[in-house]
Amino acid sequence: MLVFKKSPIFAGILVILFLPLAASFVPALGSYPDIMVFAGIYCLITIGLCLLMGYAGQISLGHAAFFGVGAYVSGILTTRYGLNPWLCMVTGAALAALVAVAVGAPSLRLKGYYLAMATLAFGIIVNIVFREEIEWTGGPDGLIGIPGLSLFGFPLDSITRYYYLVWATVLLAFLFTINLIQSPSGRALRAIHAGEEAAGAMGVNVANYKILVFVYSAVLASIAGSLYAHYMNFINPAAFDLFFSIKLIIMITLGGMQTVWGALVGAVAIAFLSLEWLHLFQEYEMVVYGAILLLAVVFLPNGLAGLPAALMEKMRR
Amino acid sequence: MDRSSTLPALLEASDLVMTFGGLAALMDVNFVLAKGTIKAVIGPNGAGKTTLFNIITGVQAPTEGQVRFNGDLITGLKPHEIAAKGISRTFQTVELFDNMSVLENVMLGRHMRCRSSFLGAGLSLPAMRRQEKRLREQAEEILEFIGLAEKGRAMADSLPLGERKILEIGRALATDPELICLDEPAAGLNETETEAGAGLIQAIKEKGITVLLVEHDMKVIMNISDEIMVLNYGEKIAEGAPAQVQCDAKVVEAYLGDSECLF
Repeated sequence: MLVFKKSPIFAGILVILFLPLAASFVPALGSYPDIMVFAGIYCLITIGLCLLMGYAGQISLGHAAFFGVGAYVSGILTTRYGLNPWLCMVTGAALAALVAVAVGAPSLRLKGYYLAMATLAFGIIVNIVFREEIEWTGGPDGLIGIPGLSLFGFPLDSITRYYYLVWATVLLAFLFTINLIQSPSGRALRAIHAGEEAAGAMGVNVANYKILVFVYSAVLASIAGSLYAHYMNFINPAAFDLFFSIKLIIMITLGGMQTVWGALVGAVAIAFLSLEWLHLFQEYEMVVYGAILLLAVVFLPNGLAGLPAALMEKMRR
Repeated sequence: MDRSSTLPALLEASDLVMTFGGLAALMDVNFVLAKGTIKAVIGPNGAGKTTLFNIITGVQAPTEGQVRFNGDLITGLKPHEIAAKGISRTFQTVELFDNMSVLENVMLGRHMRCRSSFLGAGLSLPAMRRQEKRLREQAEEILEFIGLAEKGRAMADSLPLGERKILEIGRALATDPELICLDEPAAGLNETETEAGAGLIQAIKEKGITVLLVEHDMKVIMNISDEIMVLNYGEKIAEGAPAQVQCDAKVVEAYLGDSECLF
């Protein structure tokens, strides 16, 4: 699990690379690139969340809010002030980092589940701000007319082009995070998860590391939010509510938060379920998510990503 | 004459008081720990031994009093700051990182002796990769020293208790401490394991590392300690060479309520 195995990465890259091509030939796959754009956006959030929850053992129930901060900063600054979207993305990430320090610092200095409570409240408050600050956010109706992105004058105006942008970003975040895990910082995070007292006694600055990983996860979520806003060209508060925070938790639980692979698998699985396969349940969709979470917790302690290893273990017996 | 009194002091505790509500866990405890020696702290349960450890390592701040290490005041510092000064510890209830391998546990012990930038690690800069390799080698050396070289790849929680205790000592050694505080290293171990542990503590002393030890196994204490300090209900009732403490009237009374030599 901790060994940097390159082959699955290359296999993953190949699938990602050729999916749009396959989709253009196979009608049944036609909607897949679009869904995979959302999946990639979710992946950016779950990669950070997995580091925060799976590695450092800190629970956040408010990551939809950081996703929203990125989306609204990008949305407001581009539509109202006509700023460069990339600059807006950086601004959003910086704001998310500041907010993460403000929310995280008081609760992360304490042991226990204070961060979960603080982020739960924070997520609800931010969503209320999105709904009520109509002058800025457009209120419940949202913001329209958010421009698309272009890279060095090359407009990313098709699904396929945006798809490659999003997944290139995911790849960078994934590699950065994998490297981080196999470094003193990554070990420090896992040490904090296993025992804060022992980690401190070994010289790990526990409070700083918890804040740092929380900020990192918030920045990734914010970048994801900006990418979402520029892809949809429209945002409203419903996309950043408490339910989305819970959905993120379901993603990493289903995928398995012990490895970053789990974050990817879970995000892609839930993206397909929610955007393609669960429509037939209509208003009972929520119940299905509940069932997925329950089944994952009971039967997949290491998530879908841990399934191959678990099956191999079973075969050997 | 007590030979440790001629050595320079590494740790000095003065007038330590620790109260929890109305309960006094430590009352005016003073002691000096000489460089390069092994000092054992003994006393009945609830005597304040673990509280003393927690104060020295920064887990708790004393109600009153000071601790100086190499002349620097360390009371009020956070555990990681005290660790950086050169004090490391083990825990009474072994606190290993069970989500990591044996080798990684020791590598984590080197945490403050290495660079740990988030950005440099994420970008996997060559310097970080070289450092990682060096850390691995250093950790392997320590595993060699404590006799767990073969177990490096095993997960920490798969080891039996005796090896877990040894590994915890190895992890503490990885921090390059000047002082190592061992909280009941022999508790729960069989005779062979206890002997191996005592041998390891001797070897640590021979490396020039000072040892402060809480222990109940009197055989271990009598054999390896240079000095013994006895606590009873938070008060220091005796201190001195093993032979001296053994027959101290107060100590015997605290343990047995009798007046013969102990142990």
